[in-house]
Amino acid sequence: MIDARLYLLQRLTAIAMLPLIATHLILMIVAINGGLTAEEILGRTQGSVGWALFYGSFVIFAAIHGAIGFRTIAYEWLIPNIRICSVASFGLLIVLIGLGLRAVYAVIVL
Amino acid sequence: MKTKDQTLTVSIDRFDGTSHYQTTHDVPTRDNQTVLDVVTWIQQHDDPTLSYRFACRVGMCGSCAMNINGEPKWSCRTHVSKVVDAGSALRISPLRNMPILRDLSVDMTPFFDKWTQAVGYFVPTQTKDDPLPAIKSDDRDRAKANQSIECINCGICYSACDVVAANDAYLGPAALNRAWTLVNDERDGGAKERLEAVSSDAGCHNCHSQHGCSTYCPNLLAPATSIAGLKRQTLLNLLPWGSHDD
Repeated sequence: MIDARLYLLQRLTAIAMLPLIATHLILMIVAINGGLTAEEILGRTQGSVGWALFYGSFVIFAAIHGAIGFRTIAYEWLIPNIRICSVASFGLLIVLIGLGLRAVYAVIVL
Repeated sequence: MKTKDQTLTVSIDRFDGTSHYQTTHDVPTRDNQTVLDVVTWIQQHDDPTLSYRFACRVGMCGSCAMNINGEPKWSCRTHVSKVVDAGSALRISPLRNMPILRDLSVDMTPFFDKWTQAVGYFVPTQTKDDPLPAIKSDDRDRAKANQSIECINCGICYSACDVVAANDAYLGPAALNRAWTLVNDERDGGAKERLEAVSSDAGCHNCHSQHGCSTYCPNLLAPATSIAGLKRQTLLNLLPWGSHDD
């Protein structure tokens, strides 16, 4: 149960995430060389507008992408009622954005 | 080949309108025997209540489609020797994803309703008084239409599709394949309405590209490719910078 607009939105968020995922993976591999400490991570992220935008947009794209996918899978495998699935996936979207942005806030601001 | 005194054990999934059960039959084997021959022998010699469909017997009408050892096939074009190893049994069941009327006969109404829902019918733009339009055989759109035009509505792809099994509103490969054929037919005038129909919640974007349809199509068509074409065309229409399929 997915129409053209949701399908397009899911593909566009996937495309948008590609450079973010690549950067995140390369950063992780490079950053853990020589050990990984909380200070090192926070030293990089705290007060950084760039990383705030990077991970903030990453969270939003991932939440949209995942919630649309969840809606389809839930309809096909769990509950054959698209309204219930839409409400549940919207709830998931809000939760993912909330938790994700809270984590970004924690490493950038706190 | 099997000799004439050998028998083949055949089990058939039955339905009498209220309950599902299974019957087993010993059928004498013959050279070049098809599954349709087997089913016909059972009805004529063993169990006259067995219900099944067939018409042409030569792979032109598509009426005799059924599940043979779990795979949807035309029974008239399926040789027993190709699907049964020595000593093993043959299992026959009705097509999936359609309500069973009785035994191997399914109700194809939802299947055909979805063709209509997908605007899988020709929308004329001219009258009989207009001159016949000249269509070049090497025209690009015509080549795309020709690729998928040989569908005879047998329902095998619809039965093979796991997305239809999971989502009974999904239009399915046959209807979408037909829609794609018409989208590429320059004489047709229903493209806008058709692309809207296949962009709905039940439309082409539900396809998971598992290619069950293309794997089992007895006419060697590729409905999955047609569906990919529809996805591309509908998305290009949604994007502000694109409205053509190249």
